[in-house]
Amino acid sequence: MTTSLNAGPPSAANPTAPERAPAKRRHGKQRGHSVAYAMVAPAALLLVMFLIIPVLLAFGLSFTNARLISPNPPRFVGLDNFIRAFVGDPTFIRSLINTFLFAVVVVPVQAGLGLVMAVLVNQKLRGTTFFRIVFFIPVVTSIVVVSILWRFMYQPDGIINSFIDTITFGSWEGIAWLSNPSTALPAIIVLSIWQAVGFHMIIWLSGLQTIPEELYEAARMDGAGPWQQFKNVTWPGLRPTMVFILVTITIAALGLFVQIDVMTQGGPRDSTTTLVFHAVRRGYREQQTGYGAAISLIFFVLVLAIALIQRFLTRDKD
Amino acid sequence: MKQGRALAALAVVSALAVTGCARAGEDPNGDGGDGPAQVTLWTHSAGNPAELEVYNQIISDFNGSQDDYEVVSESFPQGAYNDAIVAAAASGDLPCLLDMDGPIVPNWAWAGYIQPLGISSEITDSLLPTAVGMWDDEVYSAGYWDAALAIFARQSVLEANDIRIPTVDEPWTGEEFDAALRTLQGAGYETAIDIGAEDVGEWWPYAYSPFLQSFGGDLIDRDTYLSADGVLNGPEAVAFGEWFQGLFADGLAGIDGTVGNEEFNRDEVGLSYTGVWNALGSIEAVGDDLLILPPPDFGNGPKIGGGSWQWGIAADCSGPELDGARAYLEFSFDAEYIAAFADKQIVIPATEEATELSEYFGEDGQLRPFTELTQFAVLRPETPAYAVISTTFERAAKDIMNGADVQESLDQAVADIDADIENNDGYGF
Amino acid sequence: MTDTTITMSRTRKSRAKLLYIPMIVLALVFMFPLVFMFVSSLKPDAQILADVDSFRAFLPVGDISLANYTGVFERVPFARFLLNSIVVTVLIVALGLVVNSLAGFALSRMEWRGRKILLTVIIATLIVPFETIAVPMVYWVSLLPTLLVEDGMVKYDIGMLNTYEVMILPFIANAFSIFLFTQYFSTIPTSLDEAARIDGAGWFSIYARIIAPLSGPAFATVAILTFLPAWNSYLWPLMVVQQESLRPVMVGMQYFFQLNTAWGEVMAYTSLITLPVLLMFLVFQRAFVSSIAASGVKG
Repeated sequence: MTTSLNAGPPSAANPTAPERAPAKRRHGKQRGHSVAYAMVAPAALLLVMFLIIPVLLAFGLSFTNARLISPNPPRFVGLDNFIRAFVGDPTFIRSLINTFLFAVVVVPVQAGLGLVMAVLVNQKLRGTTFFRIVFFIPVVTSIVVVSILWRFMYQPDGIINSFIDTITFGSWEGIAWLSNPSTALPAIIVLSIWQAVGFHMIIWLSGLQTIPEELYEAARMDGAGPWQQFKNVTWPGLRPTMVFILVTITIAALGLFVQIDVMTQGGPRDSTTTLVFHAVRRGYREQQTGYGAAISLIFFVLVLAIALIQRFLTRDKD
Repeated sequence: MKQGRALAALAVVSALAVTGCARAGEDPNGDGGDGPAQVTLWTHSAGNPAELEVYNQIISDFNGSQDDYEVVSESFPQGAYNDAIVAAAASGDLPCLLDMDGPIVPNWAWAGYIQPLGISSEITDSLLPTAVGMWDDEVYSAGYWDAALAIFARQSVLEANDIRIPTVDEPWTGEEFDAALRTLQGAGYETAIDIGAEDVGEWWPYAYSPFLQSFGGDLIDRDTYLSADGVLNGPEAVAFGEWFQGLFADGLAGIDGTVGNEEFNRDEVGLSYTGVWNALGSIEAVGDDLLILPPPDFGNGPKIGGGSWQWGIAADCSGPELDGARAYLEFSFDAEYIAAFADKQIVIPATEEATELSEYFGEDGQLRPFTELTQFAVLRPETPAYAVISTTFERAAKDIMNGADVQESLDQAVADIDADIENNDGYGF
Repeated sequence: MTDTTITMSRTRKSRAKLLYIPMIVLALVFMFPLVFMFVSSLKPDAQILADVDSFRAFLPVGDISLANYTGVFERVPFARFLLNSIVVTVLIVALGLVVNSLAGFALSRMEWRGRKILLTVIIATLIVPFETIAVPMVYWVSLLPTLLVEDGMVKYDIGMLNTYEVMILPFIANAFSIFLFTQYFSTIPTSLDEAARIDGAGWFSIYARIIAPLSGPAFATVAILTFLPAWNSYLWPLMVVQQESLRPVMVGMQYFFQLNTAWGEVMAYTSLITLPVLLMFLVFQRAFVSSIAASGVKG
């Protein structure tokens, strides 16, 4: 890491730092206190304002009928919003199911493909750096751009249909991927993996590179073939990386929103609606802030559960 | 302690830097200066150059006509417009003047985004009733035009297939209409009618809820405005849903296509159900062969949607800006401008006087038939609940189009609408 | 035994070459949509549609022009959107570096009461995805005051929507950045601080003069990791900023898309906002890759 993007704000802040510091060491601790508080204050204040309070607010609002704007003041409604979610709002249930479906497919496929790609570009072959860059390019491309681009490619007369038509020698009947309830979610899964897999390739790769070469040499001495080397050296060495990757992909997958917002708006027939999309639709577009907060809270509990499972898995390893 | 203070200073400086540039980016609303009072104006017409052109003309005429006020405009694409208004209202950033789709007026009036219009009643009385937005017996909005939907057809095609040409007095019945579609399908049109299902948003309730009403259903019980139960999921509504679903299931109407009337103009579809705003293009493409027909009667008379975009004034607009906003609106309701909107944008002028001035809707105008259709216009429910009714109906109708169970979809729509009304304590009904 | 080893190493080499095949296939899969996007941005819609059936879809041939690009600038104030995105991104990254590194410094190199608790709280907030608080946060910021300078006076106004602040402030403090700084700073020997303290240096100058200059890689990593989400942010500005004059490029694109524009123009817009980041990535690709890799270390 020799290149650096930032211009170095610390030196910009420098002139305000006084040079005169007569304090002796025994006062150091006390002075350290107030300076330390001053140093963490901006970050702490901002985190309280824009993280802690909103979390508490999500909790509080979810028991009210608050609206973004309403002539009526918010009223406490108990568990109504939660009951409505699970009993009176099938779209919420569909959102829950779709979100899980998405995660269930994306997590293993993206993790697996990322690992394959990482192993490929980790070979001692010429040009792997080039391939590494190419595989990573979609990651630096905005997901909004990616969604619009793929929406264009998924048109009935778009390039995806025409490509399938070509490789099947014209026997393909072009389909409207995004307006068919059975193909819309799979279509979104494909582009989501396409966009994000490079990220996890890099993480796998950094995991691979922590495995000492001597282990491979030793394995080869023992006559292990490539598969056995992978099974006995690589895979055990990647254990911590794997947990991290699975958790980050899962949490990212559960947060699916942009693709839906840009490509399908949750349709057709709720086949692509997701938890976050539903929370935004109910809580923001329909202004039912209280209900939207309740959906957000349910989502948060899910993520929390997954984080705890991660804790459990990693602790198991220690 | 010095260092702590230095840090605090740093924090303040950076906060000021941020807010400083925040304000620099915005309109320097010169309420403190000597110049004319700036009246901000938002429109939804970013995607519609013809409409925007007339607005720009009015604004520059108005700004040139006096020195007290200056109207400054900003335009949004229609799809994002309502979100923009809601968020602006939430933070008290609404412009003085804003346009709005007719059916949303009660919601915005109820929620306190807009105030009673307060312009001369002489003007509002002269307008088509569907071009005036009311809430609680007060006028909150007024528009320069109304739109109308009709069935477009080619005379030669109908005659060649022995399909009766309907009239305003004797429209097609539902059976006749379906038979006509099947005949056209048999005559080789891959899609018998383009009903614009590829469009999104307000188009859905605007275009299709009148069919629902012609079947005898409705979006909400208009006696109480407290529930949609029994009207949006009753047998009449289910009949509508099944008919609607059948259009797509039988391939009579298409799901994908391009927004607009191009397919009809290119003779790729037999009929189209579309708006007056597309009529000129079709006259150019089809010529004298073009027929503008009333929608079919499914039992309760033919119906089309009424109420188009109208102008209102934000609730927190006050002082010279409020005077300016009213002055601008009164200035703008000039017959010449109304006729200009009508002829450029191809919509039905809202006043008699403008109708006579209009090239297309005047006495011998080519689009005169549309003015007759306005007698079938029905308003979408005048209730603050309409905001949710609209999106709920759109989703239910799309689900039905895509093959969902009709009764289930409508029951769900009723549950969603009723839950919203209940959450809002009945919206004052 | 030796025999098999030799043949194995030989076949291993030739077999290794076979790995180029999947790599090339994958490279094509990852490149074709973007190549298609750039190429299409140069063509009129009719030609894009006609070319879709052949390899010409990926070649800048036929009726090639920059008309779609001029179309973008004519239809929307693209330069303004770009400026907004740059202002927001630069401020988030720059202020974030200062605020988070200061916090990381205090958390890693100084002893004070509450340090451990705060560190635990910060790490705990790592698991709150932004999406879960977005909706209540709109409600929250609509109640917050925003400062403005008017006629030389600092005033405030209730309702933080439709400002630059609302796009910037929530993303300055970042638990993960604080965590990375804390980790990195704690690898620097504390003897440096002690020596400086003996020379009479204050904590702040230790931070600014000693620790920060030694922590280039940490600053670069945090800069890159905060740059990408800031530049790409969509959900938040979509909800809190509606004024055209404040719109960032990503939301601007969604608006542009809704204007029923030609696909060619949409592709021109997407190309315009993709190219700068792509170029930046290609120049700094090592830093990008190692930052991403660093984000996985915590596992």
